[in-house]
Amino acid sequence: MAFDIFLLEVIISGLMTGVMYALVALGFVLIFKASGIFNFAQGVMALFAALALYDFLAEDGWFFAVFGFTLPVWLAIPATGLIMVVLAWVIERTVLRFMVKQNEIILFMATIGLAFVLEGLGDILFGSDVKPLDIGIPQGASDWLLDNFNLYIEQLEIFAAGTAAVLVVVLAIFFQRTRIGRALRAVADDHQAALSVGVSLDKIWVIVWSVSGIVALVAGIMWGSKSGVQFSLSLIALKALPVLILGGFTSVPGAIVGGLIIGVGEKLAEVYIGPMVGGAIENWFAYMLALAFLLFRPQGLFGERIIERV
Amino acid sequence: MSAVAETNSESLLVVNNIEVIYDHVILVLKGVSLEVMEGGVVALLGANGAGKSTTLKAISNLLGAERGDVTKGTITFKGEDVHSLTPNELVRRGVIQVMEGRHCFEHLTVEENLLTGAYTRKDGRKGISDDLELVYQYFPRLKERRTSQAGYTSGGEQQMLAVGRALMARPTVILLDEPSMGLAPQLVEEIFEIVKRLNEAEGVTFLLAEQNTTMALRYANYGYILENGRVVMDGEASALAENEDVKEFYLGVSGEGRRSFRNVKAYRRRKRWLS
Repeated sequence: MAFDIFLLEVIISGLMTGVMYALVALGFVLIFKASGIFNFAQGVMALFAALALYDFLAEDGWFFAVFGFTLPVWLAIPATGLIMVVLAWVIERTVLRFMVKQNEIILFMATIGLAFVLEGLGDILFGSDVKPLDIGIPQGASDWLLDNFNLYIEQLEIFAAGTAAVLVVVLAIFFQRTRIGRALRAVADDHQAALSVGVSLDKIWVIVWSVSGIVALVAGIMWGSKSGVQFSLSLIALKALPVLILGGFTSVPGAIVGGLIIGVGEKLAEVYIGPMVGGAIENWFAYMLALAFLLFRPQGLFGERIIERV
Repeated sequence: MSAVAETNSESLLVVNNIEVIYDHVILVLKGVSLEVMEGGVVALLGANGAGKSTTLKAISNLLGAERGDVTKGTITFKGEDVHSLTPNELVRRGVIQVMEGRHCFEHLTVEENLLTGAYTRKDGRKGISDDLELVYQYFPRLKERRTSQAGYTSGGEQQMLAVGRALMARPTVILLDEPSMGLAPQLVEEIFEIVKRLNEAEGVTFLLAEQNTTMALRYANYGYILENGRVVMDGEASALAENEDVKEFYLGVSGEGRRSFRNVKAYRRRKRWLS
């Protein structure tokens, strides 16, 4: 019996880690869907958002230095959201606008550049030390689960899972039911045709980068609360890559399910296969899984079917 | 060579002597002028690469996305200069293009495709859903397939969808690029019939680029013939259809009987020189 509890704990903790991956992957999916760009800077955007949020909250930040007070959490989060929207607008004005007609690989390179600029900017503005982010999410294990089911699960992870669920529902409604959401999907399918029916691409790009900036903020909050705001946060972007390959680059539910599979898979592999090969499977398991997927189902689990009329 | 179109009080769209350059170096249009009357169906004819699509894209300003530029001349719509407007503003004013090769949104359903056409409209749900019904009246096949993904519909259905999507924007003029491309003759006729009905019943003006000269001249009331980025001939559609040169080069019939194809190139060149 004790063994089963352990297995359950491993699975649940894997699921929770998966949710965290999924949050990052979501941001990628949004931008990829609408513009066909793989936004390398997504991880850095999460970092940047977390840094900005910390700055509003802490007494050693710019905000406190300038205004002499810190913002309460409920105000700091929307304020950071606003910063991400402004950032999206600036990126559109200074980078994307001049790249619209270019090849996708050039756009990809541009986002790599963007990643470095943002990371440098974050370093200059906020400093590179690890900052503890506390927005009042309860820490430690859930007592209720521990008492009733003898399960050890972090409250933060439950919170993250709930947030991710809400986020996905909101995004799904946005994409499927609204005029702008429909236009976003139209742009994803065919830039030129979207242009021809009067969809203004500049505006759409600002919107989509804003949305993914806000998703990055949510991811930044969760990761920041879990392990502190630090520059290695930008590297979780690399973990999102196998998640995307599994789930499909264009699917929001795919990002979630892909994240969960990777999360659970690497935890299970670590626990059950790890001892046989000397551990550290967690670091590469996701990539092996992604490789297998590329061989057998290149569009991912939920990726849009590659429509080919013959 | 055709004279510069005179600006008429009823002319809706006037293109005056425009020059289009791609990538800053490739000169595609060398002074094209044309005029579209309110409520007319105007055909833009010519072979591959003559500049038909480019002319349409210059008007709808989709050129910008292809690194093309109108470097000379003017384009006026309802008497206002529109050549620097974005496609978005042009659609709002009533100029919309249906691109060559349909360009439907593959992963959106048929109905979603149509709704995307109404993107620029601000007149509320009621007006849009009324127009959706109207489009379904003209294209009953689209109604049957409203929930299927556009990518899985047939070529004819996609062409209908592209026209229907443009209609959803409540346009004054539709720039229809090569509607017959890749379609069976019967379908081509069906599409042109619908164009005619839309023109007569809904008052939509059409400027259409076509390689299928026979069909286009049958349904249009005025025609322009482009060659190498220039208008080489224009006139009433019926007059063009009767013109010996047009018959020979574009309709494939000649009043002078059969001629060997061996000499056709030199002959064409000489003819062109004379025209």
